Amino acid sequence: MSAPVIEPVRTTAPKAKARRSGKTQRTTPARFDTALGWNDRPGAAWALRILLCATALGIFAAPFLAILSGAFTRNASGSSLSFLPHDSTLLNFTVAGERGIWDYFSNSLVIAGGGLLLQLVVCTLAAYALARHRFRGQALILTLFMLTMMLPEEVIAIPLSLVLGDVPVVHLDLKGTVWGVILPLGAWGFSVMMLTEFMKDIPDEIEEAARLDGVGELRMLWQIVLPLCKPALGVAGVLGFIMIWDQYLLPLIAAKDPTDYTVTVALSVLRTDPEVGSGVVLAGAVIALLPSLIVYLLLQRSLVTGIAAGATKG
Amino acid sequence: MTATVTTPAVTTPVTRRGRGLTKKSVVPWLFLAPGLLLALVFKFWPMAKGVWLSFFDVRPFLGDKWTGLDNYTRVLTDHRFQDAIGHTLLLGIGQSLGAIVLGFVLALLLEGQARSLKIVRTAVFLPAVTATAVVGELWRLMYYPTSDGLINSGLDFFGLGPVQFLDNPDLALWSTMAMGIWIWAPYNMVIIMAGLAGVDRSLYEAAAMDGVSLRQRLRYVTLPAIRPALGIVLTLAAIRGLRVFTEVYVLTGGGPAGSTEVWMTRAYTLGFTRNDIGGASAASVVLLCVTLLLTVTVNHFRKRGDVR
Repeated sequence: MSAPVIEPVRTTAPKAKARRSGKTQRTTPARFDTALGWNDRPGAAWALRILLCATALGIFAAPFLAILSGAFTRNASGSSLSFLPHDSTLLNFTVAGERGIWDYFSNSLVIAGGGLLLQLVVCTLAAYALARHRFRGQALILTLFMLTMMLPEEVIAIPLSLVLGDVPVVHLDLKGTVWGVILPLGAWGFSVMMLTEFMKDIPDEIEEAARLDGVGELRMLWQIVLPLCKPALGVAGVLGFIMIWDQYLLPLIAAKDPTDYTVTVALSVLRTDPEVGSGVVLAGAVIALLPSLIVYLLLQRSLVTGIAAGATKG
Repeated sequence: MTATVTTPAVTTPVTRRGRGLTKKSVVPWLFLAPGLLLALVFKFWPMAKGVWLSFFDVRPFLGDKWTGLDNYTRVLTDHRFQDAIGHTLLLGIGQSLGAIVLGFVLALLLEGQARSLKIVRTAVFLPAVTATAVVGELWRLMYYPTSDGLINSGLDFFGLGPVQFLDNPDLALWSTMAMGIWIWAPYNMVIIMAGLAGVDRSLYEAAAMDGVSLRQRLRYVTLPAIRPALGIVLTLAAIRGLRVFTEVYVLTGGGPAGSTEVWMTRAYTLGFTRNDIGGASAASVVLLCVTLLLTVTVNHFRKRGDVR
């Protein structure tokens, strides 16, 4: 897939560059914004870039149009998917509703809302201690939180499902409750790391001044540190939401019976229902897709900078 | 990442009445307590329990029986697990490399400040924010095996017959890989783009002055500059490749005829469908060890690279 994409770039872009530097003797400082030296002036390179962008959109974004159109198409039961709905209808959504999709959806919302709230609170508290305090064993604690990142849910799924059925010491059965999904999501190493890095950058002077005014720890966190951390909290919130919404295995093993499933897991239930066509499955997919899509489109800038920052610091 | 090795003598802070321990030294632990508690109960305890169970024949009502390394030998000599190792490696490596190359191409293509480019980037990133289960359903329908399936109708246009993407044991793994590349390429694009943004522009200018070809410019200016970003992408991809589960589980469920069975789907089947908790735990522990080993190795090389 990649070879035909690269080849033409190599041949055309230098031509564009030669023409630019040859004709105008660098009236405006030649543009070296991008690695390939793209420029905005119409020409062969420009046309090629538009073509390639269109291809990229076709590969990565167009399938989403297919989901949408399929969900609104009557009798998309067998196979046909296209980019425009023919014979459009809301019937698929009605049928999906009858199969309980909205119950699954509300399960998902409760889990995403509660999980995210818990995750933000827990990770903020931990990050505050790690960033603004010095104590013995700090390095060890930092390592422990990093380990939570390296410990994939998949690997601990089987013992975790036993633990959820009988939480050690307190002997609670969390299976079939939303807590079974929410609690394991609480300590997320990524958020702890990112918030810690961010909180470390807050100048000591601000904290010292507040201390002189007799500000206690909780007020310090709530009124001084948190307002300064809004951007980082935004990133942690978006990434956390998308991560929680993407959970598959955890809701699966924490459920007692299929009514406890989240909407993403319920899609497979919908699919295996013989009386349900692909139009209905797609309607379910649209419902499952919408929240993360909305969050992404509203807050995409902080998400993208967050991934980049998290990755380069990681 | 720096603080992994230097963990001096672990001091438990619980000796509250000690002379040096004032209110001040207790405070950080109060803030840390919820996170540590949750991590302990839902991460570290299950991990320890998994290691423990892997040495037992787990029998729900009869009591567990110590069997030593039996589970491990059983899992490692099971031919379905051996096949799964191959599939996991092939899928992990193919998917990672594909997603990195495609992500790099995308980053080069979509680099820039123009508003239209930002819109394209937003759209291209969609697969990365979509829940894997949704992506799986989408691809199942795109791979629909008759000529009116989305991809097959495209192939039909070129006169190529309907392809049984997921039902053909020789093709199913490659079809799964294509979906994995589709999911992860945009993600890699963002990280590589962050690397590209950090490249010193004057180097490009200097290279152009020296009459360097575009290919050489990419080779000698761009690639070295984004090496750290590539290192991160590679680490993340390798770990993701090993633990791949949801993609395969929702797309093929391991079928047809076990041709897409990966290590984790096999362990899942063993643990939850066959109720062989001991064997599944042993399989998980093996995967955990490999993951940790890989992380440590890659980190080691990355640090050495940074110093140089």
